[in-house]
Amino acid sequence: MTGLSVSGLSYSYGAKVALRDVSFSVPKGQFCALLGPNGAGKSTLFNLLTGLFSTRRGQITVAGIDFARHPRQALARMGVVFQQPTLDLDLTVRRNLLYFAALHGIAGAEASRRADTALAQLGMAERSGELVRSLNGGHRRRMEIARALIHRPDCLLLDEPTVGLDAASRHAITDHVHALAEQGLSILWATHLTDEVRDTDHVILLHQGALIASGTAAGLRGPASLRDTFLRLTSGQTGEGAE
Amino acid sequence: MTWLVALSAILHREALRFVGQRSRFVAALVRPLVWLFVFAAGFRAALGLSITPPYQTYITYEIYIIPGLCGMILLFNGMQSSLSLVYDREMGSMRLLLTAPLPRWWLLFSKLLAGTLVSILQCAAFLAVAAVWGIRLPLVGYLVVIPALLLSGLMLGALGLMLSSFIRQLENFAGVMNFVIFPMFFLSSALYPLWRMAEASPRLRDLCTLNPFTHAVELIRFALYGQANLMAALWVTVALAVFSAAALRGYDPARGVQNRKG
Repeated sequence: MTGLSVSGLSYSYGAKVALRDVSFSVPKGQFCALLGPNGAGKSTLFNLLTGLFSTRRGQITVAGIDFARHPRQALARMGVVFQQPTLDLDLTVRRNLLYFAALHGIAGAEASRRADTALAQLGMAERSGELVRSLNGGHRRRMEIARALIHRPDCLLLDEPTVGLDAASRHAITDHVHALAEQGLSILWATHLTDEVRDTDHVILLHQGALIASGTAAGLRGPASLRDTFLRLTSGQTGEGAE
Repeated sequence: MTWLVALSAILHREALRFVGQRSRFVAALVRPLVWLFVFAAGFRAALGLSITPPYQTYITYEIYIIPGLCGMILLFNGMQSSLSLVYDREMGSMRLLLTAPLPRWWLLFSKLLAGTLVSILQCAAFLAVAAVWGIRLPLVGYLVVIPALLLSGLMLGALGLMLSSFIRQLENFAGVMNFVIFPMFFLSSALYPLWRMAEASPRLRDLCTLNPFTHAVELIRFALYGQANLMAALWVTVALAVFSAAALRGYDPARGVQNRKG
């Protein structure tokens, strides 16, 4: 079963084309890395996938549900970690989770139970009562991932979730999300950092709004490193490039 | 049920933020109190007031501006909560709200209602301080004013919501505050009755009568005396419908201006 499927998706900001006929799918249990330099269209794609933008050109389905026709049902099956922090800094970790659970219609004892489970899975149980403001960047990100899983989605979208984190936190979060894929979740992980991608991961490469390569990381890179492959395929693109 | 759970969570979150941000509460209370105790004292001698409904006798200027100052609390809070929406959107938490699996209009209404209830609490605190100071109103007025404050607060909150949907950056918002709050407040019956304004300029008076804030203030003024001003209620309701529709359009992912690349 396909967790996430995108077909013929296009989007423009006025005359400027941001996405051009993008198609890909992420099956259940797959970690799919969406690689692209800054300005490639990753954030626009995420805004379309989460319904913050909409377009009539192309189709998005989440767990088999057509997003355009049933946006609420599709959103209910999707967990999202945005690039920008979306936590309420002045509320506790637990209160943030309960707020999000309630937005998905989960309340009372069930919400508490799910919040406890989510925090335990991310190794955050002891921080449940702390204000989010007091957490470091790595813990805040872990918490956002815990929150995105509280309604038990079929697919998880993460938009450059490791930006601004130190190497240890990046490593821990990347490992954890790979483990989630092994448990059956469809993962779409947008990044421009090639060291977060494993050889067995599926990679789709977005460049100047178009999908220019797709396949396993090992297959795409061949004998070269993924970083060199990425730079070669996106050469001429300004931005930070790969690390 | 899911809708009510979400509404309750949004109200709870706003209540927690309200409790956590006491300085915001004090600032919102100090503003109208300064107007009441300083500005009104200075103006009392300069501005004569005739007997007009709902008043049945001569009143002091302090009594006259009480409804306008309640309106001021609603106006500033409506704008401040929309400012927080712009801030939220920049910071990302608005994204979280808008990607919840609920109708967008319900999510925005919940946010609007939460902000308005906080405003009503601030109006209650303001009226309590005024009563302690000796500016007392009929007891029934304190009850009847609640729906008037709710309707007016929703209308002004919807105006803020509409503005926030069309404004991308906080810097731009600061400019709009100057072009919205001050004209709305001064071109209204909050500080002077419209017949006074007509003496100065009939055109300005006409502008005041078109200003939905004038009608919000008059709705509150009559309600504080246990009376219904149906024409004012109608104006405020129509303005609420127009601002809400524009806000929904602004937050519609297919048609709104949010899609502009920042």
